[in-house]
Amino acid sequence: MTLIPMKYSLAELKPGEHAALIEIHAGRGALGRMSSLGFTPGVDVEMVQNYGRGPVIVTVRGTRIALGRHEAEKLLVQRAAA
Amino acid sequence: MTCHTSTQQNIEIRTADSAARTIALAGQPNMGKSTLFNLLTGLNQHVGNWPGKTVEQRQGVFDHAGKEYHLVDLPGTYSLTANSPEEVIAREYILREKPDLVVAVVSAANLERSLYLVSELICLPVSMVVALNMIDVAEQEGIQVDAAVLEAALGVPVVPMVATKPNGVKSLLDEIELVFQGKRILMPRLPEVRDEHRLVIDQVSDLIRSSVPAVYPVEWAATKLLEGDVEMTAQMKSLLLPARWTDVHAILMQHEDAMLSIASGRYAWVERVIRAAVRRPRLGQVSLTDRLDRWATHPVIGLLVLAGILGLVFWLTFTLGSPLQEWLDTAVVAPFAGLVSGWLAAAPAWLHGLVVDGIIGGVGSVLTFLPVMVIFFATFGLLEDVGYMARAAYVMDNFMHLMGLHGKSFLPLFLGFGCNVPAITGTRVIDAPAARLLTILVAPLVPCAARLGVLAFLAPAFFGSAAALVSWGLILLSLVVLVLSGIALNRLLFKGERTAFVMEMPLYHLPNPRTIGLLVRQRAVSFIKKAGTVILVMSAAIWALSYFPGGNLESSFLAKLGSLLAPVGSWMGMDWRLTVALLTSFLAKENSVATLGVMFGSDESSGLAQTLAATYSPAAGLAFLVVSLLFIPCAATVAVIRQETGSWRWTLFNIAFMLVLSVGAGVAVYQLAVAVGG
Repeated sequence: MTLIPMKYSLAELKPGEHAALIEIHAGRGALGRMSSLGFTPGVDVEMVQNYGRGPVIVTVRGTRIALGRHEAEKLLVQRAAA
Repeated sequence: MTCHTSTQQNIEIRTADSAARTIALAGQPNMGKSTLFNLLTGLNQHVGNWPGKTVEQRQGVFDHAGKEYHLVDLPGTYSLTANSPEEVIAREYILREKPDLVVAVVSAANLERSLYLVSELICLPVSMVVALNMIDVAEQEGIQVDAAVLEAALGVPVVPMVATKPNGVKSLLDEIELVFQGKRILMPRLPEVRDEHRLVIDQVSDLIRSSVPAVYPVEWAATKLLEGDVEMTAQMKSLLLPARWTDVHAILMQHEDAMLSIASGRYAWVERVIRAAVRRPRLGQVSLTDRLDRWATHPVIGLLVLAGILGLVFWLTFTLGSPLQEWLDTAVVAPFAGLVSGWLAAAPAWLHGLVVDGIIGGVGSVLTFLPVMVIFFATFGLLEDVGYMARAAYVMDNFMHLMGLHGKSFLPLFLGFGCNVPAITGTRVIDAPAARLLTILVAPLVPCAARLGVLAFLAPAFFGSAAALVSWGLILLSLVVLVLSGIALNRLLFKGERTAFVMEMPLYHLPNPRTIGLLVRQRAVSFIKKAGTVILVMSAAIWALSYFPGGNLESSFLAKLGSLLAPVGSWMGMDWRLTVALLTSFLAKENSVATLGVMFGSDESSGLAQTLAATYSPAAGLAFLVVSLLFIPCAATVAVIRQETGSWRWTLFNIAFMLVLSVGAGVAVYQLAVAVGG
């Protein structure tokens, strides 16, 4: 997968878009939970549902995970080139 | 990357035909672990708490091929790193109690994520069989897993199965039997320690080696320290000499980022393990979960779906539960009281009173709640089992932000409609302490099944054909009060702190009647036990207070107590009997009906409901129902609030808060109803 070398927040992805996770900004507890759920650097994340406000749903490692918008904004990604 | 590579583990199997072999069930949430547990143990299970914890512990026994097995259901956790008490319980059980075998339940539909826990379990000194569950759900999502390839990659037996079907479970048991007979050689492929961590893990291991409790593998303990594991850090800090801990701490600080790379390492192992075993869906295939979620998680339609589901539950309660309850009251309890009354015709008056008015009047009235309870727990069990609950939490996220909470807080509150006690223990799913405390404080405002039972019993008595409308209005009122209280408490006490919302959305799957049936059965049995113990004693006590010293109600101890509080009661249109009924609801919400049953006696000509309707005005009835719904939490709830908050101050605050709230609302509603013309 070729990546566009520019960082976005995960919350900016549209449904159906894929991106690679680059940085996770979260406290120690949240980081531990997110990493065991599969959010690790480099992993492919697909946006499943994003209505522009409220929580989003993403697919990571084949699992659907709901994220609060605030949390999604703290995950930085690089988009996959089309 | 996380465990020994120096020595290949050769796990010893205890092959001796010892009495009972112990098997621990491990797995992440939503893997069908409970379903498997229920299928294996059936009614031979015991539900309790883990020693010293409020986490539910389930154990059971089953027989296979003439051998008895003892099965322990470990808490469902995503990993073995201490994010909550559950992870600590799971790993401490395996390391300290040393079960003969661990069955790791993984989902074929979520293999990558579910093997993360296996990557941790495989490092522990215990033999393991992997139950590859949910083959059917995986196929429905277009995913195929080759169990033989997976087995070769893991080096431990992998048994494909569907936990609701006996076939796969039989193969699992046969495989377990083979392992115990020593006919299976386990050669687990352990994750390798990444080069970048080799050095630091060795350093930390050397520093802690002499102090690590014997049950912990040293490298494992060192890895947990590097992961920033709260529990392990606290343990080692207290076990090591201060100077030694300072050295360890300095190394840990230099490698603060290790947590993410250790997790990455485990996932790299998982990826290698599944590479050849899993075939992914063709692109463009729309799965069942995708189709259902288009509606269930839509910001507007999803809320309507949730409202519809809740509406259906209440509708079932009032159209099915309420008439059944009334029927039990007039067609079973009242004639039974009449019958017993006849038998005791020659007995002393006090004995007659105690049995007929006290015990049958009190316990009998409460037992009529059973249909309402069953309807509630069955519907909740169903919603949980199909995977809907996470959707409810998701669509409520925006709304919960009003109270400074997020979607996950909705789950325990939702559970509160069944009973407030599991709702308050259920707040453990909320990670942040402030959000958890706030959820605990508002949870008792959710009308539980017992209160809904009181409502379903009394509303038809006071309001006849308008009962349904009034009931709906009162439930809505409780929820509005809950939200307003949440907003106020958040502003005043918590200054709007916020917390992370991260939650798995499990795939939908068909419900398993057995799982739901067992849940309903457990709840019903514990309810009947309560009626036979606490409520029985209470009913007898209240009867005694209402009979002595003079042998009649009007001059009794209870009347004196009631008249002391009468001034407050009168603002709400309640006489001393209703006031006393309300007070006794502190012991158990359903007690208010039991108390009324005792005071008005059981009469073969008419049920309690009809007697009450003839005694009180609708305005007084309405005020009583409002106060009952909002009144201080019951004794069991208070105990669990104390236990979960760990603070008497917050517990007393909660009681005082609800006392003020309920009396305030009762007075307002009564005065308003009288003014309007009730």
